[in-house]
Amino acid sequence: MIHTPHVDWFSIVPILVLLGGSFVALLNGVLVPASVRRTSSSLVAAVASTAAMVTSIWLYVDSASGHLVIAGAFYRDRWTALSQVILSAITLATALLGAERVREHESEFNAVLLASAAGMLFFVGSANLMVMFLSLEWFSIALYVMCAIDYDLEGSLEAGLKYLVVGSFGSAGLLFGSALVYGATNHIGFAQIAASASPHDHLLVLGLAMIIAGLAFKSSSAPFHMWTPDVYQGAPTTVTAFMSSATKVAAFALAFRLLRTAFPQEEHLWSWAFAGIAVASLVVGNLAALVQKDVKRMLAYSSVSHAGFILIGLSTGSPLGGRALMYYLIPYSAMAFGSFAVVAARERELGAAVTLDNLAGFGWERPFLGVAMWFFMFGFAGLPLGGGFVAKFYVLSAAYDHGWTWLVIVGVIATIVSLYYYLAVVRAMYMRPSAELAVAGGSPPREALLHVAVGAALVVSVGSLIAVSPLVTLARHAASALPF
Amino acid sequence: MTTSTITSVLIWLPVAAALAIWILPLSRYATGSLAVLVSLVEVGFWIEQVARFDFGRHGLQFSQRTPWIKDLHVSYHVGEYAFSLWLVGLTVVAMAACVGYGFWVGRDRPRAYFGLMLLLTGATVGVFVAQDMLLFYAFFEAMLIPLYVLIGVWGGARRMEATIKFVIYTMAGSLLMLAAIVVYGLKVGTFDLVDAPPSASRWLFLGFMLAFAIKAPLFPFHGWLPDAYREAPPEVTAVLSGVIAKAGTYGMLRIALTKFPDPSSYYRTLVLALGAAALVYGSVLAFRSMDFRSVVAYSSMAQSGLITLGLFSGTTLGFDGAVLQMVAHGLVSCSLFLVAGAVERRTTTGDFVRLGGMAKGRPALATLLMTLGVINLAVPGSAAFAGEFLILAGSYQRAWWWAAIGAGAIVLAAMYTLRLISAVLHEARGPAVADEALDLRTGELALVVPLVAALLVLSAWPAAISHHSFAGDAPVQAVQGQFR
Repeated sequence: MIHTPHVDWFSIVPILVLLGGSFVALLNGVLVPASVRRTSSSLVAAVASTAAMVTSIWLYVDSASGHLVIAGAFYRDRWTALSQVILSAITLATALLGAERVREHESEFNAVLLASAAGMLFFVGSANLMVMFLSLEWFSIALYVMCAIDYDLEGSLEAGLKYLVVGSFGSAGLLFGSALVYGATNHIGFAQIAASASPHDHLLVLGLAMIIAGLAFKSSSAPFHMWTPDVYQGAPTTVTAFMSSATKVAAFALAFRLLRTAFPQEEHLWSWAFAGIAVASLVVGNLAALVQKDVKRMLAYSSVSHAGFILIGLSTGSPLGGRALMYYLIPYSAMAFGSFAVVAARERELGAAVTLDNLAGFGWERPFLGVAMWFFMFGFAGLPLGGGFVAKFYVLSAAYDHGWTWLVIVGVIATIVSLYYYLAVVRAMYMRPSAELAVAGGSPPREALLHVAVGAALVVSVGSLIAVSPLVTLARHAASALPF
Repeated sequence: MTTSTITSVLIWLPVAAALAIWILPLSRYATGSLAVLVSLVEVGFWIEQVARFDFGRHGLQFSQRTPWIKDLHVSYHVGEYAFSLWLVGLTVVAMAACVGYGFWVGRDRPRAYFGLMLLLTGATVGVFVAQDMLLFYAFFEAMLIPLYVLIGVWGGARRMEATIKFVIYTMAGSLLMLAAIVVYGLKVGTFDLVDAPPSASRWLFLGFMLAFAIKAPLFPFHGWLPDAYREAPPEVTAVLSGVIAKAGTYGMLRIALTKFPDPSSYYRTLVLALGAAALVYGSVLAFRSMDFRSVVAYSSMAQSGLITLGLFSGTTLGFDGAVLQMVAHGLVSCSLFLVAGAVERRTTTGDFVRLGGMAKGRPALATLLMTLGVINLAVPGSAAFAGEFLILAGSYQRAWWWAAIGAGAIVLAAMYTLRLISAVLHEARGPAVADEALDLRTGELALVVPLVAALLVLSAWPAAISHHSFAGDAPVQAVQGQFR
């Protein structure tokens, strides 16, 4: 007889809701008449992600004392719940952005989106290496499909394939690393690994290194970022918006938990490793972004550089670093999502890839989107127009608190460099004449839902500057679920 | 200490008005009127503050404090000392004149323009009243955002180079200040400027000083100045040199000298030398320049050097003179740039070769420019003379040669100012000066005459500022006691 563990169903309600939504969206593609298919599938996605967000908030409130559920495979605590809230919010915004996408496969798009989000929600709560790997593959495979969903576009298919090949490489590294760690400790549960690890075990260290590399692939940190610009540029912009924000949230939230829970004895190793990766990401991301003409590609490199900033918080491994990381993810994901959404709007208007040149005059033609982009770019650059400013201040504080003044200096220099390309976008939007530009013709589409999504991103990014204390309190409660 | 919201009103009223202007679909005329009205209301609130200010009392007045980032002890803390009161006054008066100028010349895209000007007002007031380092930094940076767009959109032909240079220069300085703030604040456990104990760290002092030296600017950090001052619209240049540059010297007084007494005396000779270099070099460049705005621009740099001499002389006379000179020179250079704008509007150029003979038949312009010139070259009896005299007397107490250099530079000031006056007003009629070119109109006079009137009042009664800038008129003790 098979012994079935007790299942705390409530702890996985957000995941189940998203999965259910995914099935409904898929059925929707077959059963609902084509005329209303787009509306109904988007509605399903919006409802499912809203429900996931509400239940995640409920779980946050209800999980003051974190504990393991489902035979020790899943964490029900505030770290999980807060990450899930952020992830569901991004999913909701993506559903809104995707609703006005003028392409086919809208039901499939929403189904895969929800499936991928469900995987991410599972990923951030995983408590052992097996669940971690399975949920990683779960959301990654969904993302491969999403990248290639516009398969009649050359770039989309190429992006999907590239992401599949390189992503699988990262996943393989993670799996191999997990196997080595299991070999060294005889355990796959995070907490048990920490309990039974012997110091100076080379097998364990090698496994840890491979796990770090695998996670760095997923979070597009240098030198594991090579796929990022190509995939971000080639994938449909809606998908890029989702990937650039949600994947990072999932990868960093899990990485911090994994390292704190499973490898506290090796902290001196992984904290230096991540500090190195952070510096590499800051250097590569910022320098490469300087020379980009394609806005999506530039934003891709910018996301590499922000991975560097988030890794500064992660590498300290301290409670302050954990708070800084969680806080950083909130304005960052809003700005990343919002900026790609604005690019999507321009792309739909022009019917061509958005470059710095054909962004000319955009700020005057579409005042709201222009101002929003203005806020996102200045916020990315760390100017006090949004939470990006406090987020940078926070990670730099964490680095100093850890005794790494040099990392503060590196972060500051990286910010100075980044100004050049962020301001280039503002310059292109407002300070160039748009006369020579041939717009596709007619007035731009109304895109009410896109405006709602961008507006929400704007509210979050500016609101996180004003409401720092409440958000940090949330992050502190979340981080207190981790062992320090 | 009682809480007062009037300081916050001074910061946030223009910001709220800016948002209202952006959101409401007002006509060009209504937008401009609203902006001018709000600027005048600001002046009104400031007069209310002057009336209520207790000049005999030590410590902060009109202060308000609310926690902002609790776990790092950052708060929203604003309030005014007597010298900040005068600088806030300079800001609101100069901004009112400049907003009025923008209305008078009818800038394109009025909603964007006036919104940004109001945003700039709020941010600049914020710099002078912030009593928390992070808040100070946020406002210091926030000034840059509207300035960047104002120069980039409404500036002259070479505005792109000018904006890039300006932003990269100033951000490089201020981001190093951010690093210094992070280190200093975490080291002493608070970011509050009033509570933070002084520090002996030379590195931190240099981090702060660099930002202020670039903003002021001191030699050799003035690379951004000629382009920015020449390419910006005249009223924005007026703000830049009249008000924004004073944020640099204000920062030296409020933070560098106060919080770093030992490093300031260690680097005193260096800073004094840089100030003297700015004074002499700026004067020489002003004498060599061939256009109206460049002369005033380099003369502003020279004046920043002089103010620095006064501050770092560390004497009672030097401090009093520096505050007086900040206000007096702020008003002079603001008015001079507005007059330069008026001249450019009539002749399309500021080039001395193409100007000349404008006094004939234009009595208002001639009188006004003559009066301003006389004040600028510090004729005995003028406000600038009082300020310069105090500064020279103060630096004489430090060492006679600083006073000798300063006195030499004042001779240069007379040379370049008289050259400016004769090149514009006298000599033969230049090719760009048409007979039809009008005298100053009532609207222009209404903007500049109040500034000149304020200068004349200060000339008659310089003690209004020089004896009312530090409680009990003991600036050295006030600085040593950190304004507690």
